[in-house]
Amino acid sequence: MKTKLIAAAMSAALAAGSSAAFADTVKVGYMTTLTGGGGVIGAQMKNAVDLAMEHMGGKLGGMDAEIIFADDQRKPDVAKQLVNRLIKSDKVDVVAGIIWSNLLMAVHKQVTRADTLLISSNAGPSPIAGGECHPNFVSMSWQNDQTPEAMGEYMKNAGVKAAYLLAPNYQAGKDMLSGFKRFYDGEIVGEVYTKLGQTDFQAELSTLRAAKPPATFIFQPGGMGINFIKQWEQAGMSEVSKLYTVFSVDGVSLPALKDSALGTISTQTWSPDLDNAVNKKFVADYKAKFGGYPSFYAAQAYDTMLAIDYAVGKSGSTDAEKMRAVLASGDIPTTRGPLQMNSNNFPVQNFYLREAVKDADGVVTTKIIETVFENHGDAYAKDCSF
Amino acid sequence: MTVTLLLEQIFNGLQAGVTLFLIAAGLTLILGIMDFVFLAHGSQVMIGAYAASAITIATDNFFLGILGAIPITFASGYLLEWLIIRHLYRRDHMDQVLATFGLILFFNELIRIGFGPAALFSNFPPSISGFVEILPDTPYPVFRLLIIAVGLACALAIHLFVSRTRVGAMVRAGASNPEMAAALGINIKILFRFIFAAGATFAGLAGMMIGPLTSVEPGMGEPLLILSLVVIIIGGIGSVRGAFIAAIIIGLVDTMGRVLLPVILREFMGNAAADTAGPALASMSVYILMAVVLVFRPKGLFPPKGS
Repeated sequence: MKTKLIAAAMSAALAAGSSAAFADTVKVGYMTTLTGGGGVIGAQMKNAVDLAMEHMGGKLGGMDAEIIFADDQRKPDVAKQLVNRLIKSDKVDVVAGIIWSNLLMAVHKQVTRADTLLISSNAGPSPIAGGECHPNFVSMSWQNDQTPEAMGEYMKNAGVKAAYLLAPNYQAGKDMLSGFKRFYDGEIVGEVYTKLGQTDFQAELSTLRAAKPPATFIFQPGGMGINFIKQWEQAGMSEVSKLYTVFSVDGVSLPALKDSALGTISTQTWSPDLDNAVNKKFVADYKAKFGGYPSFYAAQAYDTMLAIDYAVGKSGSTDAEKMRAVLASGDIPTTRGPLQMNSNNFPVQNFYLREAVKDADGVVTTKIIETVFENHGDAYAKDCSF
Repeated sequence: MTVTLLLEQIFNGLQAGVTLFLIAAGLTLILGIMDFVFLAHGSQVMIGAYAASAITIATDNFFLGILGAIPITFASGYLLEWLIIRHLYRRDHMDQVLATFGLILFFNELIRIGFGPAALFSNFPPSISGFVEILPDTPYPVFRLLIIAVGLACALAIHLFVSRTRVGAMVRAGASNPEMAAALGINIKILFRFIFAAGATFAGLAGMMIGPLTSVEPGMGEPLLILSLVVIIIGGIGSVRGAFIAAIIIGLVDTMGRVLLPVILREFMGNAAADTAGPALASMSVYILMAVVLVFRPKGLFPPKGS
């Protein structure tokens, strides 16, 4: 009798101890690129995560939260090591962040198979949206093909007869152009793949000028976009052809481009002027704290933290299965409004046409002109079954 | 492809070539004369671009930016040689590679601390942003023509200096046989420091001129460093004339390869295959050229006499 009592007391104590250790703290490993090429993007994302935690009083879903930042240096091997450490030694409940598709591909199986929730703040490669999908993965961004799909749709509806396409020669570049061609039905005058990391596009611009296409569609992310658009303006190309872009004109490149980007058209799921309470608060506080417009990368990082807060709060748990069930059912509060989810855990959302304009203070930013797609799902969800 | 477009592309290749030459000119002398493997030469390009952009932003005058940046890059080269490089001449090449690779990381981080990770705004003033009709119906940006002109002027100045002046003769002697030059009473140490600082200035000048064209950001010099290493290997290490000719060749081969290879390959294979193979081959073209040159002329096309 006595021993039974002691055993009961011990197990009760153990249970209490375990709940204190596991249930009251949420650990998030946030991996992004903080140094090297792309460091500027990671810096914005870290700012946004810090801002989100400040807004939520340092808690996620009412529990104490611990955010561990990890710098992947844009290298897949470094990312794999970091994720290993986050899962095995830091024992995080969620791995989040990740800008680059090749890095997400490198760590996808490692995280999802360890029964840890993986939330992408940016990358959305097609394999994990389709055949290689896993229920422990949730996207807070988009699938790679979708944004150029929206541009293809817009240009088709706008009656653009012919277009010249330019993208860097790597997987995402090819995904972007194939997404574009899925919806655009005009003539493709040229399809040029440039070197990844190319700095001078003058030779391509000369060829383009000679081809005289009515429209030019580009995907040149990061520094490549700054280079391309500067040289486009300097070469007086806007008199030859109209420029349409994806992921090239944003809060990261605009401070370096300023007026030379004015009038550039792009598609995106988010814009600083998106009219909802969450976004207004995010943009205003971000500008006040960090002195400049946030980019879509920052908005998606902020949304990632809101999603974790929502998942933990609604499920009252840090269990991957319970959190993902909450996220999969949608209605996640984000800077893009309540976000609904597809069967492959990618968002079903609106895609907007944006133009680079000057705000009231003379700062160049983007403004939404129209909605191209409403509640647009990706092309790969049909291939995904959990 | 029309003749006018081809000529325009030759201009583009020429502009890329002279920019490369400005970077390679100093590098070939550092490697040739001092037998010093210097990997941080790309950082001088970055320092030049940042100095010019920062002064331009502060004073709102592009030309003041260039004028101010020239002494800054000279001083940075001079100080770098005096503080660090001179202690490494006697070390073996591996130590030099490690130390100067460390310098790349150091400079990139220094710029990041000083200016932040984001690209700096830089553009040229409206006064030189117009176009010139180099051929009928072929407008060409004035600024790029200016780069070609400045590059050619620098090449001529370096050539005259090396081949016609007394100090130039010392530089040539140092390139051929540093020990003998020292034995003849030439102060090799001072000569080295001067060459090093001058090389840094020309690399910085390249950075100042491409700054308005490209994004001024940490690490912007490294891709150019690799190409300029190719240039000095093809040209012959230590030869300024070789560096000039090789830089023009590389500029033209790279530009023409990018433009023509996909078009040519489309004649032989499907469009999709050509779109994949074309850019891949184009980005390899300069390295293939280097390999071919090394097979037939292991010392490069114009190695310095007596080396």
